[in-house]
Amino acid sequence: MVATVTLTIDGIQVTVPKGSTVLEAAESVGVFIPTFCHDPELSKPGACRICVVEIPGARNLPASCVTEATEGMVVYTASEAVLEARKTNLELLLANHPEDCLTCNKNGECKLQDYAYYYGVKVGAFPGEKHNYPIEEDNPFIVRDMNKCILCGKCVRMCQEIQGNNAIDFAYRGFNALVTPAMGTTYSDSDISNCVFCGNCVSVCPVGALSEKGMLGKARKWEIEKVTTTCPYCGVGCSFDLNVKDGKVIGVTSTDGDVNGRALCVKGRFGYGFINHPDRLKKPLIKKDGKFEEATWAEAIAFVKEKLGAVKANYGPDAIALLSSARCTNEENYLMNKLARAVLGTNSVDHCARL
Amino acid sequence: MTNSIQEIANADFILATGTNTTEGHPIIGIQVKKAVRNGATLAVVDPRSTEIAGLANYHLRIKSGTDIALLNGLANVIIAEELWNKEFVTERTEDFDALRETVAKYTPDYVSEITGVPAETIKEVARGYAKAKNASILYTMGITQHICGTHNVFAVANLTMLCGQIGKESSGVNPLRGQNNVQGACDMGALPAFFPAYQPVALEANRAKFAAAWGVDELPSKTGLTVGEIIDEAGKSVKAIYILGENPVLSDPDSNHAAHNLESLDFLVVQDIFLTETAQLADVVLPASSFAEKDGTFSNTERRVQRVRKAVNPPGEAKADWEIICMIATALGYPMNYGSAGEIMDEIAKVTPSYGGISFARLENGSLQWPCPTAEHPGTKFLHVGKFGRGLGKFHAVEHIPPNEMPDEEYPLILSTGRRRYHYHTGTMTQRTGALEVFYPTEYLEINCIDAAKLGIEDGDKVRVTSRRGQVEVAAKITEIVTPGLVFTSFQYPDVPINKLTNAARDPISKIPEYKVCAVKVEKVS
Repeated sequence: MVATVTLTIDGIQVTVPKGSTVLEAAESVGVFIPTFCHDPELSKPGACRICVVEIPGARNLPASCVTEATEGMVVYTASEAVLEARKTNLELLLANHPEDCLTCNKNGECKLQDYAYYYGVKVGAFPGEKHNYPIEEDNPFIVRDMNKCILCGKCVRMCQEIQGNNAIDFAYRGFNALVTPAMGTTYSDSDISNCVFCGNCVSVCPVGALSEKGMLGKARKWEIEKVTTTCPYCGVGCSFDLNVKDGKVIGVTSTDGDVNGRALCVKGRFGYGFINHPDRLKKPLIKKDGKFEEATWAEAIAFVKEKLGAVKANYGPDAIALLSSARCTNEENYLMNKLARAVLGTNSVDHCARL
Repeated sequence: MTNSIQEIANADFILATGTNTTEGHPIIGIQVKKAVRNGATLAVVDPRSTEIAGLANYHLRIKSGTDIALLNGLANVIIAEELWNKEFVTERTEDFDALRETVAKYTPDYVSEITGVPAETIKEVARGYAKAKNASILYTMGITQHICGTHNVFAVANLTMLCGQIGKESSGVNPLRGQNNVQGACDMGALPAFFPAYQPVALEANRAKFAAAWGVDELPSKTGLTVGEIIDEAGKSVKAIYILGENPVLSDPDSNHAAHNLESLDFLVVQDIFLTETAQLADVVLPASSFAEKDGTFSNTERRVQRVRKAVNPPGEAKADWEIICMIATALGYPMNYGSAGEIMDEIAKVTPSYGGISFARLENGSLQWPCPTAEHPGTKFLHVGKFGRGLGKFHAVEHIPPNEMPDEEYPLILSTGRRRYHYHTGTMTQRTGALEVFYPTEYLEINCIDAAKLGIEDGDKVRVTSRRGQVEVAAKITEIVTPGLVFTSFQYPDVPINKLTNAARDPISKIPEYKVCAVKVEKVS
């Protein structure tokens, strides 16, 4: 049996496995604690301090994400002291944050914006210097706006602990602290940065510092319908969400896949543009005198019927062969196997597994 | 894969052979890196210095096409040093003596001569693999795309059985499949010798079963042609081909020959989402749907069946592929009426034992790994626990076979082909994304600085690569990724159709062409 501890959070008795954090205990009974740097899959630096709680007897307001729940512990998640600390924390972050929520891609899905709203924090409490970093957009996949970075470090840990590429880390100190590839280069200088544009950093950014370039200006977050599906590229079978607006796929974002968790690669995350490409075939084509002409479905199917029928009549079923597709679904491959064998009468059906 | 992807991270020894995992299968690459961070030993077998080779404790930089010698060499050391798993070999395998006899001559020194790998490295890797608690072998086309591809796989299987490194968690034989649903296409009977779930068409009982299920009097008994044979016979015994979402003009070896044969057909139907190089040769082109525009399932490399969900409508009058196949079957006098992809899966489950318990309703609650024979079965995480499919695991003793075409005076270099991280197969999709092709716009030929110096080639120079079958022009990239004597490029760029050069010599069993080795010459284009 797993050892447990029982504690009280905002007057609610909570029993959790020994070793759980106060944050986990609170979440298990639906008590909300804000977080920036915490991610259940990543290591816990306890850095951002937005998740502080009050525990009578403690020396200060401890960060709930790294404080172990102990037997008999009493926790207040929304006491006066806690709220004041959180507000000050947010005021300090906003003091050095661009005030462009109107045009920010993250509007509606930004933790900084959400918490400022919940806690009634406005900009201007601490006027001071602001960063003026150039926006990094010299690659076709990811836009990095370090002016919006709140230094939670989730992108750094995602890259180190999940992706395993160590492309970025913290550099400099204090006000000048910055997340950057080695030597201050950009992601696209991949010989130095070791970046492979998986975009897994983007998937954990709580603010607008990291964005999918292709999604900028395409839709507000609340206009997007997400459809969970399986990646069409390699055989790993990652799950992701197609982001749809007005009947068009405008992007791909992470979901929690059975195979991949939130991780994707550059093709899965950024390789969706072919779906809307103008070269897509929209009508059946029949070649006449060496040139394709558009046809109706009825004409095209009748033509296929006539020609396949003639070949079968003249040369027998084995004069017809089918190449099915490793791109297509199981259902479609099953039907190709059935069409070949039951309808056309040949076993010459194969696909590109050998290539 | 006999194991699941997430089990890789818990292996304590990984032998990755003929797989450029971090580029070809980046998410599996993540698992390998995780294992390495957890302290696993990684041995990579590859003539090229790939990214994953850079992470390895041992990089066995073998000469192209010497895999069997190496694998036999590992077995030799394991037997000589009494490191083999006697209990496993006795209880679960047969024909061990044949293996022992065959590998006897593959001593580390002998193998070192053939492969170019130091004898001491062979010994260390053999010991590491045999002594590991859980050892996983990962492989891809570097093993299979040889004229001895099937024997290469036998040699891999021999090693796992010899050490009992199969049939348990994080231990097994793990081929990483290259395309989203190549596993499913095989499972579903898109193979000339098999009905769904690998039920041989040669068995009368199977034909009777499927004839009854499909409501026809009889089904053909003659084994069909494989893809390479279909292309070879095109215009000869094969008069009409219906191609669904494939592009053999770029993907097949000796592709000048492939295109010529397709042109000489009486009738070619191509169903695709773009007017591919192959579709341009067709008499009729049918506009199909991308994965985003239809419902269905894909089966991944670890046998996991997952839902594909329709997110948007197909463009114009394009239709889901399954709807088009149904229209053709119906027109040919066999009505196929399915209301949804889910109904097709219900029929699949009835005739496909390993998919027997799979339905769209169940998949809504999460994916399932086959074998999943009944509606109550939870699916199967790893295979061959306690017993192999055929009962006893059979050792197939195999000898080293050199590649079909080796370098000579006229064609002094070996050309090997593969894939790039930023592109997919023949580039039909990834050359049209507005992102991937922007970042990685052109292909190049990797060539070692020693060869480049001999040929007077500088980095970025345009070169002509010629084999006995064809030639292409491409920019040279001088790099140590390839050894002297080896050049490499991908087949993913329509403007560098490298398969005009590759050798169509095939493995006699699997019929896989030898894409990994052919002889070429390289000249600077003045």
